[in-house]
Amino acid sequence: MPTLQTTSTDAFSRITGIGGYRAEHSVPNEDLVGPIDSSDEWIRQRTGIITRNRAGADVGVLDMCEEAATEAIANAGLKPSDIGGVIIATVTFPYATPSAASALTARLGTGPVPAWDISAACAGYCYGIAQADALVRSGTMDNILVIGVEKLSDFIDPTDRSISFILGDGAGAVIVSTSDTPGIGTSVWGSKGENWETIRMTNSFLELRNDPPGPFPTLRQDGPSVFRWAVWDMAEVAQQALDAAGVTAADLAAFIPHQANMRIIDELAKQLKIPDTVKIGRDIADNGNTSAASIPLATERLLRENPELHGGLALQIGFGAGLVYGAQVVILP
Amino acid sequence: MAHTEAEVLSGLAEIVNEETGLATDAVEANKSFTDDLDIDSISMMTIVVNAEKKFGVKIPDDDVKDLVTVQDAVDYIVKAQQA
Repeated sequence: MPTLQTTSTDAFSRITGIGGYRAEHSVPNEDLVGPIDSSDEWIRQRTGIITRNRAGADVGVLDMCEEAATEAIANAGLKPSDIGGVIIATVTFPYATPSAASALTARLGTGPVPAWDISAACAGYCYGIAQADALVRSGTMDNILVIGVEKLSDFIDPTDRSISFILGDGAGAVIVSTSDTPGIGTSVWGSKGENWETIRMTNSFLELRNDPPGPFPTLRQDGPSVFRWAVWDMAEVAQQALDAAGVTAADLAAFIPHQANMRIIDELAKQLKIPDTVKIGRDIADNGNTSAASIPLATERLLRENPELHGGLALQIGFGAGLVYGAQVVILP
Repeated sequence: MAHTEAEVLSGLAEIVNEETGLATDAVEANKSFTDDLDIDSISMMTIVVNAEKKFGVKIPDDDVKDLVTVQDAVDYIVKAQQA
């Protein structure tokens, strides 16, 4: 029997470009407090959110992807035809199939490259980076477009006090390319399926079909349980990612956790003993929680506002519905 | 070694003080965490986690909602220590 040919390489991977799309409508707390019998102060105190950005009815997931991707490809100094694969992390593309990624290849003009979506909610971007890192290092692809995108405003209930008021829309994109030196540390990722319902949809689309007229499925969460898991369990995961990369918190230039809630971000930083010299992504205050898009959008903003961070080390960690999580240390583009 | 009821109350008051800034003597047994001490659900979870560490007990998420007053928490922790 002949030996099968396969790719094998000593290459490493690195993020070489980044782009973002921020939704055009800034929605202040005052616009949302009525149906949940709340106040601007209540929302700020519990979440740190002042406004969130949401897209209009005429802007879809693919539109947001296209803008973020086009910027990321240009930022990496590439052309769409240089892209060898497209990974989109999203839970809000309104078709179970075909994928958003496949449609995006045609919009961008990448050519007939592998393209697929992943469903890992707020951990989706870190899952995408883990996949792209492995594919680049295996020699399967040279330049992979990884996008985190959500149009969460399509899946919210204005009367819900658990999660709807924190959510926003947006897209963040990066290019993961081959590198002579390591630019993405070992990923620490996993799931906790016994807590599948901690962050959930109210009902399935089959239930909607079988019991019309609704309700239309929207998101809910058990906030305090999510908080406990997101801080104390995720602090351990984040530390594992630092250890796996062989670095300490003191080596970081930036800490970029999923933008779930400012109090989670603050408490995570406290548990991890992140030094004051490390820039922390706090995009949530005026962008809201954009799930899979939140880490790349927070990264894009940190780099724009702090150019000295280019080339520095960042610890990123995503966590959310599943429950699922993913973390890795990366060199910022 | 198990902590006495008085020790648990005193330790709990210190945890509440650290999380909220409330004076320890304001954390009286009959006070409601929410209504009297103005502690929200997120701060409550931080208090619970710190109480678990301090007293070596487990307080599952589902039980936290039953801890309405400081005395409820003291009773729960004292009982959990004996389990």
